[in-house]
Amino acid sequence: MAGSYFQLDHLAVGYRGRPLIEDISLSIEKGEIVALIGPNGAGKSTILKTITRHLAMIDGNVSINDQKLSELSYRSLSTQVAVVLTEQMKPELMTCRDVVATGRYPYTGKLGILSREDEVKVDEAMEAVHAKELESREFNAISDGQRQRILLARAICQEPDTIVLDEPTSFLDVRYKLELLSILRKMAKEKQITVILSLHEIDLAEKLADKVLCVKGDRIFQYGVPEEIFQEETIRELYGIDNGYFDPCFGSIELPRPQGEPEVFVISSCGKGIPVYRRLQKEDIPFGAGILYTNDIDYQLARLLASEVVAEKPFCEIGDDAYEKAVNLIQRCRRVVDAGAEIGSCNRRLKELLTDAERQGKLYRV
Amino acid sequence: MREENSIEARPELPRDRIRRRSRYAAVFAILTAAFCIIVVWNVNTGNVQISVGQILKILFGGAEEGVESNIIWKIRLPRIFMAAILGGALSLSGFLLQTFFGNPIAGPFVLGISSGAKMVVALTMIYFLKISSSVSSYALIFAAFIGSLISIGFILLVSKRIKHMATLLVAGIMIGYICSAVTDFIVTFAEDSDIVNLHGWSLGSFSGMSWSNVSVSVMIVGITLFLTILMSKPIGAYQLGEAYAQSMGVNIKRFRIALILLSSILSACVTAFAGPISFVGIAVPFLIKRSLNTARPLVVIPATFLGGAVFCMVCDLIARMAFAPMELNISTVTSIFGAPIVIFMMLRQKGGR
Repeated sequence: MAGSYFQLDHLAVGYRGRPLIEDISLSIEKGEIVALIGPNGAGKSTILKTITRHLAMIDGNVSINDQKLSELSYRSLSTQVAVVLTEQMKPELMTCRDVVATGRYPYTGKLGILSREDEVKVDEAMEAVHAKELESREFNAISDGQRQRILLARAICQEPDTIVLDEPTSFLDVRYKLELLSILRKMAKEKQITVILSLHEIDLAEKLADKVLCVKGDRIFQYGVPEEIFQEETIRELYGIDNGYFDPCFGSIELPRPQGEPEVFVISSCGKGIPVYRRLQKEDIPFGAGILYTNDIDYQLARLLASEVVAEKPFCEIGDDAYEKAVNLIQRCRRVVDAGAEIGSCNRRLKELLTDAERQGKLYRV
Repeated sequence: MREENSIEARPELPRDRIRRRSRYAAVFAILTAAFCIIVVWNVNTGNVQISVGQILKILFGGAEEGVESNIIWKIRLPRIFMAAILGGALSLSGFLLQTFFGNPIAGPFVLGISSGAKMVVALTMIYFLKISSSVSSYALIFAAFIGSLISIGFILLVSKRIKHMATLLVAGIMIGYICSAVTDFIVTFAEDSDIVNLHGWSLGSFSGMSWSNVSVSVMIVGITLFLTILMSKPIGAYQLGEAYAQSMGVNIKRFRIALILLSSILSACVTAFAGPISFVGIAVPFLIKRSLNTARPLVVIPATFLGGAVFCMVCDLIARMAFAPMELNISTVTSIFGAPIVIFMMLRQKGGR
């Protein structure tokens, strides 16, 4: 079966001969980044372990570069696929450079002595992950973020065509996450290295990956480009979210909205409403929002958090319909908050709403 | 500051690596010197005082046969060599087991491997002595090897179910007790004439070694040492953990079997000749790794062997001389020096984690 670089055909994976996920078929092109997402225990690691041959495949076939995985020797597999695993290792008395240098294993001679050329490769790999200054530090004494970079350097040093990473961002803070992922991105694009990784952070997956594989327990839920996958419904169903929201635009997740009749009406525009919405949500006060243009950034969040949103089509004047709704909402609410709405020529009717609220003694300015 | 450093370091070997290599060289030099000194000292020490001049004459001058020449050639020299070879073998066996289990406190004695070997050897000795008057060294080594494998087999069964290292050690110690109990049982019900040799041996001693023992163990240990050095590359990979080793191209199944076989042969050889000897297998690799400040197998393997040889020769000297003419069991001495080191290691490990 010629074609893609990395191919899974009706692959079944699992433990001890019992399949956990069956019939996985997909193809990955060279230089692509594929992210596996899905709930905890859904089998992301099982799939990764199977394609790196740490677990025996139960059925189906994996081929790399038109060679069957089961027919490759461990040695030749090691020159094609390198790994960064979740398990914490504690090698005794090894400096970071020693750890990186183990990546040269497939290329050194019988006794594993590094040649000049190998040393240069080690230097390059360490520079690629910006870890040159760590080289003589002891591996067990560095931080999680640094450790993850060193392990990535080790994998790069192995000069593979594919790097498989199992939850590489697990122990990292935001800064290291971004750094690690941008290194991966660069590697994939510049060196045409295929990257297959599992991620917990769906927002990062959306931004990093070329393709996304959604794994859900017993099956592959979906496989495709991020634009297809990161829809509100897909994500909610994949993770079984019933008490929260996923915002496909920014890949962020939100806590559930306060339940009940709106008590407060927030008038805002141009992002001014966001802090107010969040505040109200934390206080668990149900609120309405408006009148928002559907292209307003406030609208994106209000949709998820507000019990009622009065919306208007972008670049139009506020119509009577929307205006009536807003007036009605103000009547029902205890309070009206002016979040500092920017008011221009199209949405000038907001001014009327504000005066109306003031007359009723409900207006409160932020 | 950093840039300056890297520019300076580029053309030559970085300072780091030079420092490392000189450290390796220093450790090896010290070990070799200690080895030579302790050999001379050992030859020169004993219940019968023999002057240095006479010793040199006996060794190199081809002096006439006599009591003194017999003492040197037939008693002291083979004993010294055996202590060196078996000490090296024991330490190396410990290092291999530590690699295998990823635990610095693993060793042939604590995991019950020596006791397993002892049990089968005792059985063999009694059985063979019934049908013939002597047992060949090879038969004893083979028996010890089988015994080691039985113990390791149990340990592996346990370690498959329980990943926790402390539990593994407890299991090893229990297996050791069971094997010792069986041995005691056999010994109790054997006839006195069958167990004359057995008693001294089962407590561990380098006394009564012959040149034929030396040649057999040189051969077996020599080959095993050579094979172990050839395996230093996959051992290095395995130090990162099984999964990483496999991803670097190591055939894990084959590698694990090889590791078990090599360490069993080594500890079997020791047990067959000198009985079970405690703590050397843990203490020596630890000391060597600390002093080299690395765990690189290619350096650690020969250094561990050399270090084990020195350690056992020193202990044997003490065993012989501390309460002369009474002789101590070798394990008594190795425990006195080895056990505190092991306790120290355990304390450090707790603190480290």
